[in-house]
Amino acid sequence: MKVVVFCKSVPDTETRVKLKDNRLDKSEIKYILNPYDEFAVEEAVRMKEAGKVDEVVAISMGPERAREALRSALAIGADRGILIKDDVLDGSDTYVTAKVLVKALEKDGAEYGMLLFGQQAIDGDTWHVPGQVAEMLGLPQAGSIIKLEVDPDAGKAVANRLVEGGEEVHEMSLPCVVTCRKGLNEPRYPSLPNIMKAKRKPIQDYSIADLDLSPEEVGKAGSFTEVLSYSLPPKKEAGRKVEGEPEEVVQALVKFLKEEIKVI
Amino acid sequence: MAEEKVKGGAFLLESPKLEEVFVPEEFTEEQRMFAKTAEDFVKNEVAPKSDEIEAKNDELHVQLFKQAGELGLLMTDIPEKYGGLGLDKISSMLVQEKVSSGQGSFSVTITDHTGIATLPIVYFGTEEQRQKYLPLLATGELIGSYALTETNAGSDAMGIKTKAVLSGDGKHYILNGSKQFVTNAGFADICIVYAKVDGEHHAAFILDLKSEGVTLGPEEHKMGIRGSSTRAVFLDNVKVPAENLLGEVGKGHLIAFNVLNIGRYKLGVACTGASKAALGEAVRYANQRFQFGVPISSFGMIKEKLADMVTKTYVLESAVYRTAGFIDALFSQLDYDDPEFGKKAMDAVAEYATECSIIKIFGSEVLDFVVDETVQIFGGYGYTEEYPAERFYRDSRINRIFEGTNEINRLLIPGMLMRKAMKGELALLPAAQKLAKEVMTLMPLALLGSGPLAQEELAVEMARKVALIVAGLAAQKYKEALKDQQMLLARMADIIIELYAMESALLRTRKVLEKKGEDKARHHVAMTQLYVAQAFPRVAQLAQEALAAIEKGDMLKANLSVLRKLTRWYTPVALVDLKTMVADKLIEEEKYWVC
Ligand SMILES: Cc1cc2nc3c(=O)[nH]c(=O)nc-3n(C[C@H](O)[C@H](O)[C@H](O)COP(=O)(O)OP(=O)(O)OC[C@H]3O[C@@H](n4cnc5c(N)ncnc54)[C@H](O)[C@@H]3O)c2cc1C
Ligand SMILES: Cc1cc2nc3c(=O)[nH]c(=O)nc-3n(C[C@H](O)[C@H](O)[C@H](O)COP(=O)(O)OP(=O)(O)OC[C@H]3O[C@@H](n4cnc5c(N)ncnc54)[C@H](O)[C@@H]3O)c2cc1C
Repeated sequence: MKVVVFCKSVPDTETRVKLKDNRLDKSEIKYILNPYDEFAVEEAVRMKEAGKVDEVVAISMGPERAREALRSALAIGADRGILIKDDVLDGSDTYVTAKVLVKALEKDGAEYGMLLFGQQAIDGDTWHVPGQVAEMLGLPQAGSIIKLEVDPDAGKAVANRLVEGGEEVHEMSLPCVVTCRKGLNEPRYPSLPNIMKAKRKPIQDYSIADLDLSPEEVGKAGSFTEVLSYSLPPKKEAGRKVEGEPEEVVQALVKFLKEEIKVI
Repeated sequence: MAEEKVKGGAFLLESPKLEEVFVPEEFTEEQRMFAKTAEDFVKNEVAPKSDEIEAKNDELHVQLFKQAGELGLLMTDIPEKYGGLGLDKISSMLVQEKVSSGQGSFSVTITDHTGIATLPIVYFGTEEQRQKYLPLLATGELIGSYALTETNAGSDAMGIKTKAVLSGDGKHYILNGSKQFVTNAGFADICIVYAKVDGEHHAAFILDLKSEGVTLGPEEHKMGIRGSSTRAVFLDNVKVPAENLLGEVGKGHLIAFNVLNIGRYKLGVACTGASKAALGEAVRYANQRFQFGVPISSFGMIKEKLADMVTKTYVLESAVYRTAGFIDALFSQLDYDDPEFGKKAMDAVAEYATECSIIKIFGSEVLDFVVDETVQIFGGYGYTEEYPAERFYRDSRINRIFEGTNEINRLLIPGMLMRKAMKGELALLPAAQKLAKEVMTLMPLALLGSGPLAQEELAVEMARKVALIVAGLAAQKYKEALKDQQMLLARMADIIIELYAMESALLRTRKVLEKKGEDKARHHVAMTQLYVAQAFPRVAQLAQEALAAIEKGDMLKANLSVLRKLTRWYTPVALVDLKTMVADKLIEEEKYWVC
């Protein structure tokens, strides 16, 4: 059985986001494999190590730097990668992203047992893509799982989700979609030998044309949504301490609320 | 082909070509992945357990060590054939840097194991010895150590008294003696131990520490790196199989010294990692700590500290990877199966011995500066054990002492260069003589180029001339007796170190400028200007003192006027603006951001 892991290249968690002309200033950003996708890759590789899966394929859509995210997945233990890269993808929204990922999946051959995603990308943070892919393919899905048991022979998977006050257990027929979160496993550090092996594992590149898509179907043209602008959260200002006798303090506070920030 | 490579010490004669210089901005994707594994492992698994490690929880320490082994962090320098990865030296040094980026004791344990304990077998071991030990050292199943020092032979390592005698049947060497300060002794399995065969001929042996007759002294109570193990090793009629002799009888000291060269270099790399770690703690604290209603990082004097810390770290990093590039270029030509491998490896290491000593001194002193200012930025909290500054401060200090004290290394720098000059490998003296003539008509400012670093380029060129002139005059005056002029030699060494440091930063920044343009490289440029602003006047001062130690009266006056010509043209840069700019960037990023 083949399983597919969806990997997004995202800015490092320590990045200080800067804006330039109403867009993200990407010039000094370091990129990593989306941390939630690490849980997905780790889970898939463990299934392979347990003999339940024959092949783990990692797919990413993104610019050239997304190749590094794929290498990270290969270093954790995925067998091969697929990179969908095309200039016309610029400005694609989550719907287009899902559509393109589905096309790549079909192109690679339909017989897969499970599709694993991160629950969210730490940059875009819409949580959309996995659900959209599941919907487009008509597959059952369980989101934000913390436990997964797969039985390929019986053709089913059991996944546990954390919900208010307890856990929810889902049984799904294969193929199915799961999205992964912290608590599912502890992703390993890619060892140096495995990083070297990853260099020799194949990554197949696809353009939009390779996937039988036209430029009008992707990018801004094919999208339903568009990001109009970005803004940074307002700078935290130093607090002000009101000191004095209780009466003075209350008066100062009321004056502040009325006159300065005008909430009462 | 060897002629075309940059040669050790050649920086005293001329600047290398830019394309021959490796800069950290050129790390490959794979090298960055290696680094990330090492860094994440230390940050998430080792650093959080620092208190336990420092409380001498050896079991935990060893367990973390073995985990590092599983990740492949111990096998970078071991050839693939013997279960290692046989990585290039740049990768291996980058891993070393990251392994040393948070917990001093753990860093020392690993550095000792992968460096002076393992490399003697890689370079000088027989095929059987390599096959037997390297695969286990690569994974960390065996832990290594290195015992050269004795109570009466520290800096004077040639004076060791431990004695080895071949048994009557020729099957064993019988070792007697005692070794002092053996790192890792408490948990090591094997030890590279140095002794004199029949009390005369230096030799190195691979000693199984479980052998009968081996006992250990108690753990030393140390100022820093308290979690590391440092114990005496006593040898009482210990039988070491004859096949465990490493290299040849009579050549043991060469093994010891050549391996120390690499050890010194690795120590400088480790100091780079530690400097970045301390710097990160310092700037994060400076941003969080409020006094007078504002974060202390907004005060000019704190900014100056931060700017100086990051500038020195940048310069050190530049020097470290420049040197890694040179060493790698030599090592990549070597073949482990070559029967002459050991000798060639020894030559390769010896080629850059000067640079290794420079990196050792400069690295340990930059780190000491950085941790000292870290304590200061933490204020009273920096003096308490609650905060990391105190531990960084204590842990740093050992680096100026072991792997050859900084005094010994300061003696080695001019000593080795002079020896190269005498052997005709480095055309120092002809260059000095030529320069002595040229200098009469030389007009430094006429050589001033253009571009953002024009003044710094000229400063490096002039510092090179100053170094040559001082070396030439010193050699001429004292000849063989120069070795006894320690105060003069120390100044020569410092001039050379500053030259190498300034030039390394300059070369790197020029490369970054070419690649990224003036705007993106502005912090690189500022740090280079700042470092030169500090080092170039220092070179002038050191040279003045050196010249006054060589001649007196009119001769001295004549020499000083030449020195003034070479150094007086320099115009001070806008220090306050540059430091503010560099500090503000650091304050925004809250960590060493450059690479
Ligand atoms: C302004 C803008 C510009 C863009 N430019 C480009 C571009 O130049 N080139 C380009 O290829 N895309 C581009 N995109 C698409 C973008 O990279 C995301 O893939 C998409 O918006 C996903 O949304 P999200 O980040 O909220 O992911 P979420 O839905 O939060 O992600 C959940 C999970 O879905 C999977 N996933 C999401 N995105 C991808 C992906 N790209 N590849 C593989 N798996 C994925 C991962 O498993 C992830 O953990 C652009 C998007 C925008 C809004
Ligand atoms: C924590 C720790 C771990 C160590 N680990 C190891 C190890 O694993 N293996 C090992 O073999 N050794 C190890 N050592 C020993 C270390 O290398 C020596 O301490 C060091 O070489 C200095 O020797 P010494 O202590 O005898 O000092 P000394 O040689 O007595 O030096 C004392 C002072 O005199 C100066 N001095 C000495 N000779 C000269 C000279 N010719 N000119 C000018 N100044 C001079 C020195 O620079 C120093 O300042 C370790 C030491 C420590 C503290």
